[in-house]
Amino acid sequence: MRQFSYLRPTGISDAVAALAAEPTAQLLAGGTNLVDLMKYDVAQPSAVIDINGLPLKEIETLEDGAYRIGALTTNSQVAYDAGIARDVPLLSSAILAGASPQLRNAATSGGNLSQRTRCYYFYDPSTPCNKREPGSGCSAIGGVNRIHAILGASDACIATHPSDMCVALAALNATVEVTGPTGARTIPFLDFHRLPGDHPERDNTLQTGEIVTGIRVEGGRFAAHHSYLKLRDRLSYAFALVSVAAALDLDGDTILDARVALGGVAHKPWRDPLAEAELSGQPATRDTFEAFASRLLSGAKGQGHNDFKIPMAKKAIVRALMQAASGRPQVQSEKRVREGESL
Amino acid sequence: MDLGPARAPSPTIPVTLTVNGRRQQLELAPFVTLLDLLRGDLALTGTKKGCDHGQCGACTVLVNGVRINSCLKFAVSLDGAEITTIEGLGTPDNLHPLQKAFVEHDAYQCGYCTPGQICSAAGLLSEGHAHSREEIRELMSGNLCRCGAYTNIADAIEEVMAADSETTVREAAE
Ligand SMILES: Cc1cc2nc3c(=O)[nH]c(=O)nc-3n(C[C@H](O)[C@H](O)[C@H](O)COP(=O)(O)OP(=O)(O)OC[C@H]3O[C@@H](n4cnc5c(N)ncnc54)[C@H](O)[C@@H]3O)c2cc1C
Ligand code: SF4
Ligand code: FES
Ligand code: FES
Repeated sequence: MRQFSYLRPTGISDAVAALAAEPTAQLLAGGTNLVDLMKYDVAQPSAVIDINGLPLKEIETLEDGAYRIGALTTNSQVAYDAGIARDVPLLSSAILAGASPQLRNAATSGGNLSQRTRCYYFYDPSTPCNKREPGSGCSAIGGVNRIHAILGASDACIATHPSDMCVALAALNATVEVTGPTGARTIPFLDFHRLPGDHPERDNTLQTGEIVTGIRVEGGRFAAHHSYLKLRDRLSYAFALVSVAAALDLDGDTILDARVALGGVAHKPWRDPLAEAELSGQPATRDTFEAFASRLLSGAKGQGHNDFKIPMAKKAIVRALMQAASGRPQVQSEKRVREGESL
Repeated sequence: MDLGPARAPSPTIPVTLTVNGRRQQLELAPFVTLLDLLRGDLALTGTKKGCDHGQCGACTVLVNGVRINSCLKFAVSLDGAEITTIEGLGTPDNLHPLQKAFVEHDAYQCGYCTPGQICSAAGLLSEGHAHSREEIRELMSGNLCRCGAYTNIADAIEEVMAADSETTVREAAE
């Protein structure tokens, strides 16, 4: 591993100042992604700014029933928080679908948002990769691309964002709170991650020197009708090939409001608010959900090895919405397809 | 590997860790992982290096009672922490209940994953989120066993979990 200097600021403004002063520095939270990428020489920070001393480890309940989740809360802390599990169960479930208990104990909310793609070429410095080395080319286009994007890809990059937690946060219209050299601001979750376009080296819209301090998420609304369904190569401890975060607000069988975000299929959690809006007023039936799934995937394009993701995503969307509508969300330790759920 | 222009060596950083009950004052380069510290300078080779990338769980130890992958932690980031490794859970004459159950259930073949499995299981028991065999399997999925001893591993953990809850019930009744 390359040499780097190590800093341990204790205040947010000190951490921001250190990051702004040295743009080649990187923040260290749980380390489960950064340390891994440094071992592969993919991340080459000149300095590591350890932010574990910052006061961002709390989950607060706000007056309007929303939650503010500090950037340094661990994934386990959030998933098992009694309030989050009760009022934002979609978020708990998505977190518990990801990684392993040991990794979730170390991984933080802020780090989860900023984790990088698992594209095999990105991880291999001996191959061209526009995300790792802008302008070098994309090895996945025309290469091995089984895990790659079917939506929103560009000629420069077809990588996916690997997070499960972020798929739920996208469905829930969370907001990201950040602090930078010019002060604090909030970013709607759907604007936090970006599509690759001509700049795949940029995963998100954070500006130089900005640090994520927290995430704000609404509570209660979708607690009765939600599901996080994750499909992967083995039963646990594997990244999503396709995942679906579904949340419904129902009046009897009629849909008042629907939110559906897809993971494993694009450079950011994928949503189509216009298609969702058209679900309002419709009956919560398989027919409705199948038509919606077709629409959501109408722009999907395979790269060869990942063509299977398109029909897989379609079935996953329908199944997740049926689970949400029936109030029987996917249970992350339950590996069998339940009675009446086959497609 | 081309490491680019030479960078000045990182200065060492003072770190205090309590490892298996023993307080240690160390001077560490920032790139040393907890796993390499344990197996190298501290000569605690019970903790195993499988993948070195968070993908196998062989390096699982308890940090302040919580199970994590020691291969993905810079030791300098743990100043003040208490670390428990397999050597600190039990001794050959005084086995931890999980160690005993692993022996009784033949929950290994080559034994390489075992220290990580046992530390992980200790973390699982204290977390208290597993209430069924399915939940044990899911919440032990961060530990791979190349020999495929999963069934016996789950048996061993289930037995200790059942004994623990009996003790809890008895204590509550007393
Ligand atoms: C084997 C393996 C399997 C995994 N499986 C899954 C999975 O199935 N699903 C899933 O969702 N995830 C999975 N993960 C990824 C894991 O969730 C992430 O590594 C973790 O969430 C990152 O959090 P961290 O705190 O460890 O981040 P770090 O490694 O500390 O940081 C990651 C990045 O975020 C930046 N960063 C950290 N905190 C902040 C902040 N507050 N503000 C701005 N930037 C910040 C860092 O500079 C760095 O660039 C897996 C990881 C491994 C190793
Ligand atoms: S898909 Fe993106 S991350 Fe993967 S090789 Fe191409 S440019 Fe790099
Ligand atoms: S050695 Fe740490 S997870 Fe494999
Ligand atoms: S006993 Fe050999 S790897 Fe588990």
